[in-house]
Amino acid sequence: MSDSTPSDSVVLSARGLTKSYHKDRIAVPVLRGVDLDVEQGLVTALVGRSGSGKSTLMHLLATLDRPDEGEVWFRGSRVDNASRSKRDHFRNHDIGVIFQFYHLLPELSALENVLAPAMIGQSFFRYLKNRSENRKRAEAMLDRVGLLHRASHRPSEMSGGEMQRVAIARALMTDPKMLLADEPTGNLDTETGHEILTLLDELNRTDGMTILMITHDDEIAAGADVCWRMKDGLIEDNRIQQSVAA
Amino acid sequence: MYRWLLCFRYLKTRYIALASIISVTLGVATLIVVNAVMSGFSVEMHERLHGLASDIMIECHATGGMPDPEGHLREIERICGPAIVGSSVSVSVPAMLGIDFRGQQIGRHVNLIGLDPETYNRVSDFGKYLLHPENKTSASFDLRDSGYAPDREGLEKAGWEHRRERVEQDRQIEAMLAEERRMMEELKRQKMTPEEIAAEQAASSAAAAGPSFGPSLAIPGMPQTSEESLVASIDPMKEQFDGIILGISTCSVRTRDAEGEVFDHYYAQPGDDVRMIFPSASEDTKVLNQKFTVVDLYESGMSEYDSTFAFVRLDRLQDLRGMINPESGVRSVTTIQLKVAEGVDLNLVRDALRRRFPAEVYPYNIQTWRDLQGPLLSAVRLETTILNILLFLIIAVAGFGILATFFMIVVEKTRDIGTLKALGASGHGVSSIFLSYGLLLGFVGSGAGLVGGLLFVDNINGIAGIVERITGQEVFDPTVYYFSEIPTIIEPLTLVWVMIGAMTIAVLASVLPAIRAARMHPVRALRFE
Ligand SMILES: Nc1ncnc2c1ncn2[C@@H]1O[C@H](COP(=O)(O)OP(=O)(O)OP(=O)(O)O)[C@@H](O)[C@H]1O
Ligand SMILES: [Mg+2]
Repeated sequence: MSDSTPSDSVVLSARGLTKSYHKDRIAVPVLRGVDLDVEQGLVTALVGRSGSGKSTLMHLLATLDRPDEGEVWFRGSRVDNASRSKRDHFRNHDIGVIFQFYHLLPELSALENVLAPAMIGQSFFRYLKNRSENRKRAEAMLDRVGLLHRASHRPSEMSGGEMQRVAIARALMTDPKMLLADEPTGNLDTETGHEILTLLDELNRTDGMTILMITHDDEIAAGADVCWRMKDGLIEDNRIQQSVAA
Repeated sequence: MYRWLLCFRYLKTRYIALASIISVTLGVATLIVVNAVMSGFSVEMHERLHGLASDIMIECHATGGMPDPEGHLREIERICGPAIVGSSVSVSVPAMLGIDFRGQQIGRHVNLIGLDPETYNRVSDFGKYLLHPENKTSASFDLRDSGYAPDREGLEKAGWEHRRERVEQDRQIEAMLAEERRMMEELKRQKMTPEEIAAEQAASSAAAAGPSFGPSLAIPGMPQTSEESLVASIDPMKEQFDGIILGISTCSVRTRDAEGEVFDHYYAQPGDDVRMIFPSASEDTKVLNQKFTVVDLYESGMSEYDSTFAFVRLDRLQDLRGMINPESGVRSVTTIQLKVAEGVDLNLVRDALRRRFPAEVYPYNIQTWRDLQGPLLSAVRLETTILNILLFLIIAVAGFGILATFFMIVVEKTRDIGTLKALGASGHGVSSIFLSYGLLLGFVGSGAGLVGGLLFVDNINGIAGIVERITGQEVFDPTVYYFSEIPTIIEPLTLVWVMIGAMTIAVLASVLPAIRAARMHPVRALRFE
């Protein structure tokens, strides 16, 4: 944390991020100078109490929102103040986002939901040209999360765990460099949550996927390679876990 | 790609939006129907009005008319040159038509026109509107044997046949009356003293001094020209008076019988004799009272014309009215009609003529046929415009319906918009979902309206019939309009404009919601419950 320039092994880093919300001219500070590094190939957990600003931080990292101050770096280039289209491309292509409430599109089938990032990222004609490849990849991703047999089902016909797995398949669709997951198990029972975590772990181990996972569950955080702890808009400490040290 | 996919999915899963465009459909269909009917009417009316009136008409207000029409025509030729391709002169005079119907006199005010059928036909449609098929091609003022309007009821006998029957009947009645009179005299004479008989004879000879012509038409104090000698000299069984062609409504009424069927009743038909009373052209105007034989009827479909026109031969009318200069023998006319070459601006020709014959010097009225029918034509135009505006307002109202529906859909889809943006969709891309949604809805709505409207127009007379049967109310009254069917014309350009207008309104209505969707903050959208 002492060095301000991230090393090569760092995929995503935040430097001095501050963010406050304004309500009736009163500024409510949510983030008060957050520094954070996500290392290549590791599962990084971000823990903190509800309201500590975890989701806000993730939105800033995913360029869904802009910080009041501070910078977000992705593989050596600054993304928080990039142009709109660069940020769109960054979200579409470089990262995969997973939410607590899955955020699948209800009008589309599981397969179409997985295809959505490809449709968004490619022009109409390029998409039509690559149709069969796109479809193959989407099916492979669904297969990866074990839901190929549900490809034609709508989100409303699936359970929470299944929806979250479809969301993971969707996040993997564009072959991103890392996944950002905001409480991916927050809405699931322990058993199902465990399955999701196993899936993410597997992705990390077999594909070397970098994962930043937000959670308020210490037990889950304990399973990560690196754990950052947040409190009242500040990083309290970061700790390299035994599994990596070993 | 996702835009179209989502747009189609929204269309498929949100029937409420389809409901919101039904008003677009109805508006478009109504616009098409109204425009087709209105342009059908106005084209038909234009055709008729233009057919009846020549391109340009020079009317002279003086009773004596304009002297030397040949000179006038030469002058017009000199001014306008090749723009004039045809001309005709005629005499028009206000007159009173008297029809003897079952012993009663029916009087009508008409416009008596003396014309030369051949040249008249060159400047306007005339023969076309006559009933007898042969008169249609070459109008004649001689009574024809039979064959008037074969497809029309009530005129089967019209012609010489009717005339002979009529005369025969009149003679029988006359004979019976004479017989009766004779018997009455006989009876009287048996009772009267010789002095009384003498007084009686004196009175009756005084009463016979002037020809009396029915109480309704005899104008006391007006000098009446005698034509008794002429009457006596012809045999109505074999001969006719001067021919006259009457506007059909001057001598018939169109009514409905008990079953509601429309039928015509004729007070006079070809073969009957009628009287015309009209002023002479001399300085001290005299009233002329002349018998004519109806040789045909004129039906243009324009009630204004059909109920006021009566046509006779130009030279006969000039003779009767004394419109011949006794010294030079030149005949004068009251009206010159001109046919103008295709594509020439009528108003320019009219203005040139007006400059040559200024109103301060000449008592002439120079008008194009559009000037003559100006109020009617502009009324129809105004009506069409107002209807179009009203119906477009209906579509605009439908547009607000779409706007409201779309806003609701955007609100409903807030989380999805957030999701799409989190997946890298641009604001432009998100907004184009809703724009193309609007476009698609507009297309579907106005397309359905187009098809529905065209089908309606295609079967409009059948539909009118069905409505009539259900409601018992006449939708299209032939006694009023003189068209037997509702005329419709579909103008492709109108269709294109209606479609473009409807689509534009649908797209405009989706612009605001689309902008809102594009501007939506992704985080706020993701957190939206
Ligand atoms: N739009 C907003 N306006 C005002 N305050 C907000 C807004 N969004 C979030 N906050 C506040 O910011 C703080 C941090 O919110 P955030 O969602 O980041 O917390 P969190 O750590 O993710 O909590 P949780 O574990 O419950 O998800 C909270 O106190 C919240 O009330
Ligand atoms: Mg949160």
